[in-house]
Amino acid sequence: MTHTADTGTVDPAGPAGEPLLQVRDLTKTFPIRSGGRTRRLRALGGISFDLRRGETLGLVGESGCGKSTLARTLLMLERPDSGTVRFDGVDPFTLRGARLLQWRRRVQMVFQDPFASLNARMTAGDIVSEPWRTHKDLFRSAKERSARVRQLLGLVGLRAGDENRYPQEFSGGQRQRIGIARALALDPDVIVCDEPVSALDLSVQAQVLNLLNDLQRQLGVSYLFISHDLSVVRHVADRVMVMYLGGIVEQGGTEAVFGRALHPYSAALMSAAPSLDSDGRSEQIILKGELPSPLSPLSGCRFRTRCWKATDECAAASPELTPDPDDDGHTAACFHPMGEGAEPVPAGRGAR
Amino acid sequence: MTGTVLEVDGLSVDIRTPHGTVRAVDKVSFSARRGRTLALLGESGCGKSMTAQAIVSLLDPTAEVAGGRVVLDGTDLVAADEQTRRAMAGPELAIVFQDALTALNPVYTVGTQLAEPFRIHRGLSRKQARREAVDLMARVGIPEPETRVDTYPHQFSGGMRQRLLIAIAVALSPSVLLADEPTTALDVTVQAQIMHLLRELRTERDMSVVLITHDLALVAEQADEVVVMYAGNVVESGPVREVFDRPRHPYTKGLLDSVPVHAARGDDLKSIGGAPPDLHSIPSGCVYQDRCPLARDLCRTCRPEPAEVAPGRTAACHFSAEVK
Repeated sequence: MTHTADTGTVDPAGPAGEPLLQVRDLTKTFPIRSGGRTRRLRALGGISFDLRRGETLGLVGESGCGKSTLARTLLMLERPDSGTVRFDGVDPFTLRGARLLQWRRRVQMVFQDPFASLNARMTAGDIVSEPWRTHKDLFRSAKERSARVRQLLGLVGLRAGDENRYPQEFSGGQRQRIGIARALALDPDVIVCDEPVSALDLSVQAQVLNLLNDLQRQLGVSYLFISHDLSVVRHVADRVMVMYLGGIVEQGGTEAVFGRALHPYSAALMSAAPSLDSDGRSEQIILKGELPSPLSPLSGCRFRTRCWKATDECAAASPELTPDPDDDGHTAACFHPMGEGAEPVPAGRGAR
Repeated sequence: MTGTVLEVDGLSVDIRTPHGTVRAVDKVSFSARRGRTLALLGESGCGKSMTAQAIVSLLDPTAEVAGGRVVLDGTDLVAADEQTRRAMAGPELAIVFQDALTALNPVYTVGTQLAEPFRIHRGLSRKQARREAVDLMARVGIPEPETRVDTYPHQFSGGMRQRLLIAIAVALSPSVLLADEPTTALDVTVQAQIMHLLRELRTERDMSVVLITHDLALVAEQADEVVVMYAGNVVESGPVREVFDRPRHPYTKGLLDSVPVHAARGDDLKSIGGAPPDLHSIPSGCVYQDRCPLARDLCRTCRPEPAEVAPGRTAACHFSAEVK
């Protein structure tokens, strides 16, 4: 894709094979004050991954696992405690002033709630063009701006005449289209989609997923696609990361991870998600207990308190992401990964 | 039908709005059986929650039942007086809501709230009722019930709060338990725990569960029968397996096609064009005509009634034989 924004440091096309975004050992804690003392909530405990050009990277995990903190850090809304982010060869956290502003164009966001994320007192056209009020140098004239607004609305399947209407005049699906047009206004390389369809009805959800898919084909934009809905992630993502309690426990190609989960948590998560073709599936794994508090980090494996395979080894040391012997790109952080065939699992499906 | 405990027959609900009265639920009929789960399936605004609220007489003051019957164990709740309805709420009929934090009272301990059904309906003493509350908390899987009985709702996680609501609902072993999106606010592993608990309780107490949801996969896994609603109307009903394997209404078919399936990863999903009609402007004729690929002149003028398309199955479509 062509960039109106050029950082001037790196060829926008990038060297072949070089990931667009490289994240290494990212950690982030938040201070929590209670009863006169300060404790630290560990939201991200050493996150590493790559995002390639034009790909969709799915991020799944349950509430409180750190998905949103990771998204906010990539958007530079949070500063990490340690670790590095390299975006197209540049560490955005070292940038200042105009260079930083130019960088910010390249990563945009689509929010979950299309009702709360659009200002009810601005028209669709104002909302889509608002980013240009900060990034003033993109257009020379009002005429150019309004032509681009109409073009963007057309791109997301709205009519040019919609630019003068207010958000509340649109349905939920149409509002999400406005949110997507706003994210595209600065011609970004990466769009962080945080639960972009979970507030929408099923029939409308399909329309928005199709739109995101079309836009990627047309524009070559990369998505970091955060969702708790596993069937949606399985449909849209090229690769998937599974997060649990601030850490990535498994990552790999979508079909590899969904077809043959290595980490017990991924296996439990996937078996717990209801599916339409539930006839031919294996036993449902019902996890015991709840997510431990991120205020008091565990020794060893972060999943061991709920894991039916945990041994003394899991308390003694933290498992690193290790490649599957059969598939280099598929890694899991577990000493006792899921094997082939039947294994004893806790609490099977109850009888109908 | 054998084992029917709840029969809803031609239930209609009107809502008064500043722009006139609209019909939110239009002649909805279904029957729920003991030991079985029936799902009311539909998208937001289709009238499924309002149907549930009408059944338990908890409609918003702006809404009222405009017709039909809700027969529970031989008593018509619509015709019954307030006293009869109150006496049946709890021992016969109970509901679990979606949002457990707003459904629980923040200023009373959970023990007080769990003991309430026993105090009101069984006339137990404080001490006896408290003991029942502790047993109930243990039954729904809350750890350390003896100490947690004296804590407040905000001290529980989302999943634990939902367990508390379920405990209150099943306290008096009702014949019918309505569950209105009971797991929508929860993570999938917690959802699996809650649905597992509901299934156990249903079997143990031979209850009829009416599950109100928008989630097709949850229906496929949990329900025996499904009633599909659209714009206040029942468009299709029948055994879940049969309906999902071979839908006979174009809306059901459209919904099923919209679910992402991994077999077609990256391909475009089939979606239903447009959006559901505004309740103020429900078309005469079929409610689904504007979005239906099969719609023709007859559909614009004449609203199809639910008709039997196979034993135990209905579809409200003039051209149900053409749905493929």
